[in-house]
Amino acid sequence: MSHLTDLPPWAAIAVCGLMLLGAAITLVGSLGLLRLPSFYERLHAPTMATSGGTIVICLASMLCFAVLQSRWIVHELLIIFFVTVTTPVTLMLLGQAALYRDRFEDRKDVPRKPRPAPDEGAL
Amino acid sequence: MRTWFPYPLLSTGLFLMWLLLNQSVAPGSILLGIVVSTGLAWVALKLQPRRSHLGRWWRLPGFGLAVVADIARSNLAVALIILRARRRPSRAGFMTVDLDLEDENALALLACIVTATPGTACLEFDRRSKVLLLHVLDIENEELWRRTVKHYEAELKEIFQ
Amino acid sequence: MMGLAIVWSVLLAQIMIALAMAFALYRIARGPRAQDRILGLDTLYINGMLMLLTYGIRTANTLYFESALIVAVIGFASTVAFAKFLMRGEVIE
Repeated sequence: MSHLTDLPPWAAIAVCGLMLLGAAITLVGSLGLLRLPSFYERLHAPTMATSGGTIVICLASMLCFAVLQSRWIVHELLIIFFVTVTTPVTLMLLGQAALYRDRFEDRKDVPRKPRPAPDEGAL
Repeated sequence: MRTWFPYPLLSTGLFLMWLLLNQSVAPGSILLGIVVSTGLAWVALKLQPRRSHLGRWWRLPGFGLAVVADIARSNLAVALIILRARRRPSRAGFMTVDLDLEDENALALLACIVTATPGTACLEFDRRSKVLLLHVLDIENEELWRRTVKHYEAELKEIFQ
Repeated sequence: MMGLAIVWSVLLAQIMIALAMAFALYRIARGPRAQDRILGLDTLYINGMLMLLTYGIRTANTLYFESALIVAVIGFASTVAFAKFLMRGEVIE
């Protein structure tokens, strides 16, 4: 753990704070996965881990290594880009799959299709 | 120019990503990056994605900042809802919003933004009746969500003109 | 003193992320339906990626960041494949 003790105090405090904040956001998001009662509500929980947690922890790591200047910090940028672009896509697909299954089983608590039409109108 | 670089934005993005992954700006990797990004743009030509015209691209950064601020705010709101879930269960529900965006890419961007915001998830878009089906975690503020989506739609319409 | 605080806060962050991974694992095991399990798996991927990032901060090893990138990309592909399977695989059309 030698490189972390080389950080100046302000950077150390900022890195620690950001990392703890990101971990806490992730924890709350996963807690939502545990606590919320229905699938569609649980669909909102991982968004917190990705949009909040990932970005904040990546910022902490970028700050840490930018101050230390020990390596390039571009991997974090790529991770932020990939995660923010891909998570909405997966969640939308998963939501559509769940909606499709629930409609197929004729559940009462999901909205009907607006009009009985072939499924080419789906996004 | 158009025949060599059919999708300039895609090519530039791929080129930048290639350089970032290689972590070098040596002439060799720049050359290879140009070859790869141009080649992949030609492959994308076969897939025929819809083109759209970014009319007022200079409004994009401001819009992005507004979206980031909204995401931060709703992160906080969703965290409060989850932490309070035992004592005061939130009322979640479905809602529909009428849209009149024509551009496919603008619609995709709108859906991604809405889903990336914690608390709202975009589920389905009916292309004929132009109705977007959303699920929101906090249905009590339905009017607020509707206004937010409408605001995004207006901004995107301005940008993709 | 400062070094000790950093070490402990990194450890605390890792414990929190491990707890988050445990919650996601519980959702995978518990269910009740297939889409819940896939959602849990997606969250588990993201939490695992964050765990790798904190290890990267702790050890300053570039390899952790490379693997976090790979986990992010593969997690996306697998979740999309699972969602597609739910839509088309089980139900006879």
